[in-house]
Amino acid sequence: MNEKKSCPVISKHIKVALVGQPNVGKSMLINSVSNAHLQVGNFSGVTVDKTEVLFDYENHKFTVVDLPGTYAFTDYTIEERVTRDYLCAENYDIIINVVDSTNLAKNLQLTAELLTMSKRVVIALNMSDEAKKEGLEIDAKYMSELLGVSCVKVSAVTKEGIVELITTVIADFESSTYEVKLIFSEAVEEEIAKIVAYLQGHKYEAINSYRNIAINLLKNNKKTYEKLHDDPIWIELQPILIEASKHIELHHDSDDIKESFAEEYASFNRGIVAEVVKQSVQVEQKTLTEKIDNVLIHPIYGIPIFLFFMWTLFQLTFEIGAIPMDYIDAFFGWFGDAIGGTIPNDDVRSLIVDGIIAGVGAVVLFVPNIIILFIGIALLESTGYMSRVAFLLDGFFHKFGLHGQSFIPLVTGFGCSIPAYMSARILKNDRDRLLTLFIIGFMSCGARLPVYVLFAGAFFGPEMAGNILFMIYISGALLGIMAAKILKMTAFKGVDEPFVMEMPKYRLPSAKLIWHTVLTKTMMYLKKAGTFIAGASMLIWFLSNYPHNLVLQEEYAKKIESSTSETQKITLGNKLAESLLEQSYLGVIGKFSEPIFAPLGFDWKMSVALQTGLAAKEVVVSTLGVLYALGSDVDAENNSLVNAISKNIPFPSAVAFIVVIMIYLPCLAASVVFTREAGGVKYFFYLLAFTSITAYGLAFVAYNVTKMIV
Amino acid sequence: MKQLLDCQKGDKVKITKLNATNELKERLISFGLMKGVEVEVLEQAPRKKTIEIKIGKMRIALRAEEAKLIEVQEI
Ligand SMILES: Nc1nc2c(ncn2[C@@H]2O[C@H](COP(=O)(O)OP(=O)(O)OP(=O)(O)O)[C@@H](O)[C@H]2O)c(=O)[nH]1
Ligand SMILES: [Mg+2]
Repeated sequence: MNEKKSCPVISKHIKVALVGQPNVGKSMLINSVSNAHLQVGNFSGVTVDKTEVLFDYENHKFTVVDLPGTYAFTDYTIEERVTRDYLCAENYDIIINVVDSTNLAKNLQLTAELLTMSKRVVIALNMSDEAKKEGLEIDAKYMSELLGVSCVKVSAVTKEGIVELITTVIADFESSTYEVKLIFSEAVEEEIAKIVAYLQGHKYEAINSYRNIAINLLKNNKKTYEKLHDDPIWIELQPILIEASKHIELHHDSDDIKESFAEEYASFNRGIVAEVVKQSVQVEQKTLTEKIDNVLIHPIYGIPIFLFFMWTLFQLTFEIGAIPMDYIDAFFGWFGDAIGGTIPNDDVRSLIVDGIIAGVGAVVLFVPNIIILFIGIALLESTGYMSRVAFLLDGFFHKFGLHGQSFIPLVTGFGCSIPAYMSARILKNDRDRLLTLFIIGFMSCGARLPVYVLFAGAFFGPEMAGNILFMIYISGALLGIMAAKILKMTAFKGVDEPFVMEMPKYRLPSAKLIWHTVLTKTMMYLKKAGTFIAGASMLIWFLSNYPHNLVLQEEYAKKIESSTSETQKITLGNKLAESLLEQSYLGVIGKFSEPIFAPLGFDWKMSVALQTGLAAKEVVVSTLGVLYALGSDVDAENNSLVNAISKNIPFPSAVAFIVVIMIYLPCLAASVVFTREAGGVKYFFYLLAFTSITAYGLAFVAYNVTKMIV
Repeated sequence: MKQLLDCQKGDKVKITKLNATNELKERLISFGLMKGVEVEVLEQAPRKKTIEIKIGKMRIALRAEEAKLIEVQEI
C-alpha cells in the first residue's frame, strides 16, 4: 500500500502463465503479442522449457511465461513436469489458458483442472480463424457467463482479438470478483457440499476456496493431501473422504477416482460445448487432413514417399546450394587479396588473410546449403508431417528399441544437436530418453554439412554429389539406429514404454513463419562463424605459424635465390611452406597424433582437423582451409579448398574421414548440453568412449574396404 | 471382449473399458480415451504395429500393445 502512495504513476506489473494443451498455439500467441521469436511448430512438444517474455501494454508491464504444453495436470514427461512445477510452486498473478477453438471439448479437460486452482484464469480461444473456416461459431460471451471465467476469441495468426485478450487480463487482474462455475453431477456435488460444510464448520484457513479444496481432495491431489494431512482436522476428515470417494466410484462404476473425475469433467465440457458452439456449415465426410493422410501414411507407399522427400531435400541442398558457392568463394578470395594488399606487415597480413578470412570464408561458403537444409527441416516441423513420419517409423524404430517419438528429437538433430538434446524431454521414460540422447549425435547436424559438401564435391561430379550427401545422412541415421539396438540390449535394458501420440492437422505454414525460423537459425550459424570460428581460426593460424624457424627460412631463401627456373622457385617455395608448417606447434601435435590415425589413412593435417573439430564441426573445414591455404601444393589458377582436398587426400582416407565426422562427438557446446540433459558427467564419458570407439572402428573398416574396392 | 486392436480400418466403436496400469490409464484419459467415448480406426501401419484412431476431432497414434488394452464394443 505504501508503495502506491509514494509513487502513484508506477506501471503495474502483471505476471502471466500461459498454459494449455500441446500444439494449441501458446508460443505463437506470445510471438504475436510481443516481438519475441519463440519456436513454433505443428507438433506436440515444441516448447520443452519455460521461457519468459517481457512486453509493455499502455502502462502495464507484462511478463508472460511460455510453458510446455500439457494434456493434463500430471508429470508424465519431463516437459509436463516443468509446467506442473511452475504452476504449483512459482509466483505469478494470472493464468491464460490457451485452447484450440476447433477442438474445444478436448481442450477443456485441462481447463477444468486449472479452474480448481487458486489462481485466476482467462481463457484464450485461439485459432479462431481456423474455427471460422471450419464453420464453427463460438459464443465467447455466453461461454464466459457459463464458466464464470472470461473467454476471449483470438487468433495468433491474424492477430484478431489480441488487444481484447490483453485488456481482459488487465481488467480481471484488477477486479476482485471471481467465481468459477464448474458443476459436477449431483452425486459428486453432494459429496463436495459435505466436505465444504465440514471445512466451514472448522474454519479451516486457506488461500484456495473450500470448494476447490474439496474437489482437489476428492481427486486425490497430492499437494492438497499433504497440506491437510498435517492438520488436526485430518483425523475427522479422512473417514468422510473415504466414504465420499466410495460413493463417487460407485456412481461411475469404476475403481479409479481419477477416471471418475475425468468423466465428470468430460460430461461438463460436453454440456458447455453443446451450449456455446454452433456448427454452421455441414462438415464433410472426410477432412482434408484425412485425405492427405490416406496418401502420406499409406501402409505401403508411406515410407517410400518419405524417403523420396528426404532425397529431394539433399539433392536440392547440393544443387541449389552450389550455385552461389562460386561467388562466395570468389568474394572471399578477392576480399583476402584486397585486405592483404593494404597490410605491410607479413605476419599480420598472414593472420588476417590466411587465418581469419580463409577460416571464416571456408565456413560461410556453406551458408546456402545450410539454408536449404533448414528450410527442409522447418517445413517438416511446421506442416504436421513430422508426427506422420514418427507414426510411419514407429514399428521400425520399435524393433531397434527406440520409441516412435524419439523421431522428433532425432530429426531436430539434423539441424543442430543442442535443441535435439533438449527436445528429448518429450520422452517419458528416462531409459528411452538416455538412449535417444546417445544416438542424437549420429544424426548429422547442420555444422557437419559443410564437411560433407566439401568432400562430396571434391570426389564426385555434381550429378552424384547430391546422392552421396543423401547416402551419408541415411547411413548415419541407420548407424544410429543400430547403435540404439546395441545400447538397448546392453546398457539400457528394460520394458518398452507405451506410444500414444497426437497427430495434428496439416497446416500450410506462412512464408513469414518459415522465413523467421530459417533466418534465426542461419543468423546463429553466421554469428558463430564471425565469433567462435574466427577465434578458433586465429588460434589455428597462430599454432600453425609459430614457432618461427629462421634457419630453415634462410636456408630455403638461399636455395630459391640460386635457382634459375621459375618452376623450380615455386617448388622450393612450396617445400619451404610445407616444412615450416610441419615444425609449427600444430604440426607437432599433428605429427604426434599421426600414428594413432595412420591405420585410418589420415595424414597429420586431417588428424589435426579432427581434433580441432571437437570444438565445433565447422572448425574442421576452417582448419583444413587454413592448413591448405598456408601449405604447399596450391596451384595458382585454382586454389579452392575443394581442389586442394581432391589433390591431397586419397579417396579411401576421405571415406574414413567422413565416417569419423559422422559419428564422433558433435561439439563442445552440445557436449555441455548433453551432460546436463543426461544428468551427470559420467554419461559424457560414456558418450565420449562410445562414439570414439565406434567412429574409429567403423572408419578403419571403411578405409580398408574402400582401399580393396578402389 | 473385443479389443481396439481387433478393429479394421474404418470401424467405429465405443470404448467400454481401459485395462491399462494406472499411469498409462491416466495418460489415455488425458488424451480423451475413456469409457463411453466413440472412436474410429483411421489407418493401420504395416502389420498393425501402430494404428491411428480418431476421437471427436483429434487423431491419435497408438501402438498395438496399447490398443490391446482398450476394450470396445460395436455401435
Ligand atoms: N490457423 C492458426 N494456426 C495457429 C494459430 N496459432 C498457432 N497456430 C499454429 O499451430 C501450431 C502450434 O503452434 P505453437 O505456438 O508451436 O503451439 P504451442 O502451444 O506452443 O505448442 P507446444 O510448445 O508444443 O506446447 C503451429 O503450426 C502454428 O502455426 C492460430 O491462431 N491460427
Ligand atoms: Mg510452444
